[in-house]
Amino acid sequence: MAEPLLRLEGVTRRFGATLALDGLSLDVMPGEFLALLGGSGSGKSTLLRIVAGFEPADAGRVLLQGRDITGLPPHARPVSLVFQSYALFPHLSVFDNVAYGLRREGVARGEIARRVAEALALVGLTGLERRRPAQLSGGQRQRVALVRSLVKRPPLLLLDEPLAALDAGLRERTGLELRALQRATGAGFVMVTHDQGEALALADRVAVMEGGRLAQLGSPQALYERPATRHVATFLGAANILEGRLEADGAVTCASGCRLRPAPPALAILGPPGAAAAFALRPERIRLLAGAPPAENGIAARVKDLAYRGDGWMLVVALPGGGEWRVALPAGASPPAPGATVSLAWAAESLVPLAA
Amino acid sequence: MMRRALLLLPPLLWLLLLVAAPVAILAGIALSESAAGVPPFRPPFTFDAGWQGTLEPLRSLVADQYYLDAFLRSLLVAFATAACCLALAYPMALGIAASPARWQMPLASLVLLPFWTGFLPRLGAWIGLLRDGGWVNRLLQAAGLTSGPLPLLYTEGAMLLGMVHAYLPFAVLPLAATLLRRDRTVEEAAADLGARPWRVFCTVTLPLSLPGALAAFLLVFIPAAGEFVIPELLGPPEAMLVGRALWVEFFQNRDWPLAAALALALLALLVLPISLFQRLSGRRAP
Repeated sequence: MAEPLLRLEGVTRRFGATLALDGLSLDVMPGEFLALLGGSGSGKSTLLRIVAGFEPADAGRVLLQGRDITGLPPHARPVSLVFQSYALFPHLSVFDNVAYGLRREGVARGEIARRVAEALALVGLTGLERRRPAQLSGGQRQRVALVRSLVKRPPLLLLDEPLAALDAGLRERTGLELRALQRATGAGFVMVTHDQGEALALADRVAVMEGGRLAQLGSPQALYERPATRHVATFLGAANILEGRLEADGAVTCASGCRLRPAPPALAILGPPGAAAAFALRPERIRLLAGAPPAENGIAARVKDLAYRGDGWMLVVALPGGGEWRVALPAGASPPAPGATVSLAWAAESLVPLAA
Repeated sequence: MMRRALLLLPPLLWLLLLVAAPVAILAGIALSESAAGVPPFRPPFTFDAGWQGTLEPLRSLVADQYYLDAFLRSLLVAFATAACCLALAYPMALGIAASPARWQMPLASLVLLPFWTGFLPRLGAWIGLLRDGGWVNRLLQAAGLTSGPLPLLYTEGAMLLGMVHAYLPFAVLPLAATLLRRDRTVEEAAADLGARPWRVFCTVTLPLSLPGALAAFLLVFIPAAGEFVIPELLGPPEAMLVGRALWVEFFQNRDWPLAAALALALLALLVLPISLFQRLSGRRAP
């Protein structure tokens, strides 16, 4: 196995009494696009600042290409950070902004002009060299910030919420450009985001963070299909959480009144009979039936609310034993009326067991 | 519209009474002829005699090398004072801005602490320190560094020291205010791109704090250009500055028209950098 580009070993950071990072370990492979996904206070931004060198680690080590950089000041680290606010130099032109890092490296004047022109062409900003940051649009500023870091050819680029300050319309396109740029440069990207759609769409692997720890690390598909914890399941795609108690025959009596029969592989993960069990069930994995619901893996529920989503309908249903689920209907389906009782059913494989 | 006029009234009255009127009176005196009497000049215009003013004071101001030198020396001393204050104020203001939030106000008040004692006692203290039998000379001799007392007092150096000491707070406070408001992430970005701390200061912190630095410079430069007391008490007797020339004309020679002309010339000279500053800071706005 190749040597990791970035290795974090038990990185810990305290702010007073709160533990922002709790012994976190993580490997980023060369050329990988990793998303650090989490809510506010999950420690994702602190982690980024520790790797960039702006925040000290109270314990643990940061290794870049096998070299311990834990104690190095920011200017001595070959990584580069793209700030959420972009932090462009307001008193310098676009050209001088992008050339700043190369000048600090002592690159020759002609070489600087060549590389800056190349970098600006890469993001379609040729011709704007002499503008000041204040004379650029939000999207243009974001791209200047991006190439200002990339022009130094860092092996690892850190991005702090790179799309958060952009208009919704610009966000998706810029995200894809970001990914294309990452493929083209071959640099490792570590992107902090609180937007699960962004993380799933752009990253090779997603690290979901919660309370300064890694809740789950895996490919977007693995995370979405097989969330390990309740937090991951609800954070990614807002899954329904089903809780119940395992019985001797392998079925689970659900708190909201239904009987679940998970697939045999899931059974292996669960505890002994009598233990509490929790499952994630994706809204799009629930079907509407015409007749009565099946005795197992099905339930009758009342439609409480429905919303048109363009690509389908989202139902909110109230369960007889209390609680609400979300059910996604494809676009072609005719939606039930609010207040109607519907029969729901799902496949055994759709029940994803969760760790407590 | 009416309300805006009412709001503008107090500052307008203030300017009229305390700036425009005194300047007009000064201009009147500057156009008068010197005369023996109280006051020691003949008004330039009376209803009985009509116009009897003269441009003689203004003319002698321009013609006499003595006053020109005084102006040049005053501007030079003011420039040196302001430059020294700025050089000292930067590390102090950066220190205040970099300290934890709960220390920033106490530290800023410490900068103002010298104002709690009188201006003259502070100058007296410098005389006590710098005179031939003063602490500094006694210390130097006790340490065996000098055999006799060094002439420290009544030198250009002592004058500059006193000026910098008196005006430093005026430089620190506007600079600290500017540095406290600055966006730190821009400096972090510079460090991230490979700039060492000194480079970050030279390429980012310094250029971005220039408006504050310019304000600090002018706040020292303008009063320092007309300073009279400090050069008189600490400076060399032969150094003729505008402030002292004014004093001499006004109180010793009782030549009020010439003194008024001097004061007007100084005012005109100081309006220049102020308007320049206004234009520069106006251009900076996006």
